[in-house]
Amino acid sequence: MTFLAARGVVKRFGGLVAVNGLDFELAQGSIVSVIGPNGAGKTTFFNCIAGFYEINGGEILLDDVPIHHLRRDQIAHLGISRTYQNIRLFTNMTAMENILVGQHHHLTSTWIGAVLGTRAVREDEDRAHAEARRLLEFVGMTGKGDLLAGKLPYGDQRRLEVARALANKPRLLLLDEPTAGMNPAETHRMTEFIRSLRDELGITILLIEHEMRVVMGISERITVLDYGEKIAEGTPAEIQTNPRVIEAYLGRGGAADLGTTPAEA
Amino acid sequence: MTVAEAFPAAGYEAPGYERQDWREVVRVGVMGGIVAVYLCLVGIVPVFDARPLISGVISLGEAALIGSLGVTGAVAARHAQTGPRNVVTAGAVAGLLAGIALSLLVIVGQLVNLRGFMLNASPQLYSLLTFGMGMAGAWIPVVAGALVGGFAGAFWLVPVRYRSPIVRGFLSILVLGLFAGLLRTPMLAAGLGQLARFLFAPEGLTVAGAVLTFVAVVGGRVVRQRLGVQGRLDALPEAQRRRLHVPFVALLLGIVVVLPLLLGPFFAQVIALVALYVLMGLGLNITLGLAGLLDLGFVAFFAVGAYTVGLLTSTAEFGLFDLPFWAAVPFAILFAMAFGAILGLPILGIRGDYLAIATLGFGEIIRILAGSDLLKGVLGGPRGIINIPKPIDVPSTNFLAGPVQIYYIAIVFAALIAFVAWRLRGSRLGRAWLAIREDEDVAEAIGINLIQTKLLAYMLGAAFAGLGGAVFAGLVGSIFPSSINLFVSINVAAIVIVGGMGSIPGVILGALFLIGIPELFREFSDYRFLFYGIALIAMMRFRPEGILPSRIVRRELHVAENAGPATVEADDPTPDRGTT
Repeated sequence: MTFLAARGVVKRFGGLVAVNGLDFELAQGSIVSVIGPNGAGKTTFFNCIAGFYEINGGEILLDDVPIHHLRRDQIAHLGISRTYQNIRLFTNMTAMENILVGQHHHLTSTWIGAVLGTRAVREDEDRAHAEARRLLEFVGMTGKGDLLAGKLPYGDQRRLEVARALANKPRLLLLDEPTAGMNPAETHRMTEFIRSLRDELGITILLIEHEMRVVMGISERITVLDYGEKIAEGTPAEIQTNPRVIEAYLGRGGAADLGTTPAEA
Repeated sequence: MTVAEAFPAAGYEAPGYERQDWREVVRVGVMGGIVAVYLCLVGIVPVFDARPLISGVISLGEAALIGSLGVTGAVAARHAQTGPRNVVTAGAVAGLLAGIALSLLVIVGQLVNLRGFMLNASPQLYSLLTFGMGMAGAWIPVVAGALVGGFAGAFWLVPVRYRSPIVRGFLSILVLGLFAGLLRTPMLAAGLGQLARFLFAPEGLTVAGAVLTFVAVVGGRVVRQRLGVQGRLDALPEAQRRRLHVPFVALLLGIVVVLPLLLGPFFAQVIALVALYVLMGLGLNITLGLAGLLDLGFVAFFAVGAYTVGLLTSTAEFGLFDLPFWAAVPFAILFAMAFGAILGLPILGIRGDYLAIATLGFGEIIRILAGSDLLKGVLGGPRGIINIPKPIDVPSTNFLAGPVQIYYIAIVFAALIAFVAWRLRGSRLGRAWLAIREDEDVAEAIGINLIQTKLLAYMLGAAFAGLGGAVFAGLVGSIFPSSINLFVSINVAAIVIVGGMGSIPGVILGALFLIGIPELFREFSDYRFLFYGIALIAMMRFRPEGILPSRIVRRELHVAENAGPATVEADDPTPDRGTT
């Protein structure tokens, strides 16, 4: 049984083919990166998995069950959470409220129960708050729960977005450029954090990343996209020496200049 | 010659110079003139002239004229260059220009008969503008404008700590003068006749009352400043400040309870209507304030509630079961909710403004259906349903007879809705609503079922609208298609928006402003929608979050002003393009 599989996925925007017949497999418990030049279709592919886009061809399977026709909330219920390239927190809600919202479908209280203030609802809320505090601590933001999400420093916003995604108790976490805009120290911390998500919580991780130190450092496998097609797949070492990858990144001339020397990682 | 040539870049080209920017002053003066002439021609000045503000001294119409000239002068003074002479002349010139506009109106009006197309350009108006001198007094507005504008300019030089109390003093006279009648009646009833007659004339304030008000307000503000009360209040910890609120809230609640007993039957009717709109505003507050769904078809569910009660309880032609009022109310709520579900399902996928248009359509459909021939046999067509019993059946001598009982019923229901809204706000559902309002896509990706969650907000709003309709049917005792009009929806939406979205005290204040005040000034009812429009525009321009906004909305609307550090600290937004 394959954990996550994409078979011949096609996504077109008018005449533009953003993802073209992509085949992709992801083993449970692994950390896999999708890389490629700008406009290669990486984020589009993410959006297809998370149900943001309807695909025009092929299928996406989770545990061999098709999920590409499901609504976003149904996909979330199956245990797929995501973060966004440009952070999309609920900026006018507090950090705590963001994580509480993330737990939405794990809570059971009904609106009538909430109005009546039944014991079940109160206990449900207490559990949710305890869980939210635990997640805040996990992402290293203890004590910042009452701050507005939009007013947090950049690094905290990235971490809070991950915490919100974790509140859904995901099996698969899609991270879209988690270290974008971070300084080297923050990037290092985020890398360690992503590794701990897999090691401690057993969450399978699929990430899009531009920062090659991060990609090569934590990925077990890497898939390279260019013009919506997969041009290479393999371990970090294999990818670094793949001539097609070098060509895609630097252009034909650049590849010729470099000759056969492996690029700096 | 263009304006630019006439006033060659005054004040702009040489920064060191303190030259007057005459262009700005002229602009303000002309604008002020247009406003003043407008006030005259739409009839506000002549109509309001019949109502004294301070008995025997100044009428409301005169106050409006002087006020417009004064504001013109003050605005010009604000835009003027620094230096006392500059400020005063700027005010005087702007006031003069506004005065010239009024003079022109008088002169043109005397030469040409404007009444053919402007009903209010009457001899009465000209006589008011010229102190009865007609053409010979055409110079009077010019001099008055310059004087008032100059005074306003000079007043602008007064330091803020004195200016602000004085402005408050004048505003207090205006407010008390307007509400003199309302305040006088209960004071007379409560055995304070002596005091009432000292402060209030039959209409407006007495001179003594006006002076006393002014002195009390200004004195109070100055003493408050001297003692630094505000500073000390702000320094108090949150919990203690809250405790200070308790007596105020208790006092307000006390007033709410005894109010209808002190007022006459007319005022009781007015506050019953206000209470009814508070009830409906709180209902819409859930849909609009919490879930952010702009529903302009509120009246549809109001109609369902009202007609349900009518059909179930009426003892006349179309009544079906002669149920008592209270037995019909649950049905009204349930039916309205069911309608909310039926109408909501197909349209809740629509976003934002488009949803408002779609709901607007539903409101109209229901209104037309109610009056249609198709349903004439069931709903009575234009004749409506009459003989709906009162909720509480008491002899007419009882204090609960008439609108007073509706007032209490509406207040109790409103409190109930406020409680429901408050509980929901802090629940899982309330958080989901807020999340949807902020970012629908992300909210769905987090696992929130959009349709289900929005539908619930819509249905709860519909349920409370139905309750509002039921209470309305009980208040009026009948229901006609003409009661089901777009203005019910617009009134309710305006109450929530003006009061402050998501805020319960805001809704109460909004209902008082938009429903209560127009009812009290029936003689000015022609201008009701003019004021309504001005209030809405001013609100959106200067205080888009409403009078008393909820915490959340205030945050949303002021993000631009205090842009979070998020954007500032992201000093390295371009990630390294790694090379492989």
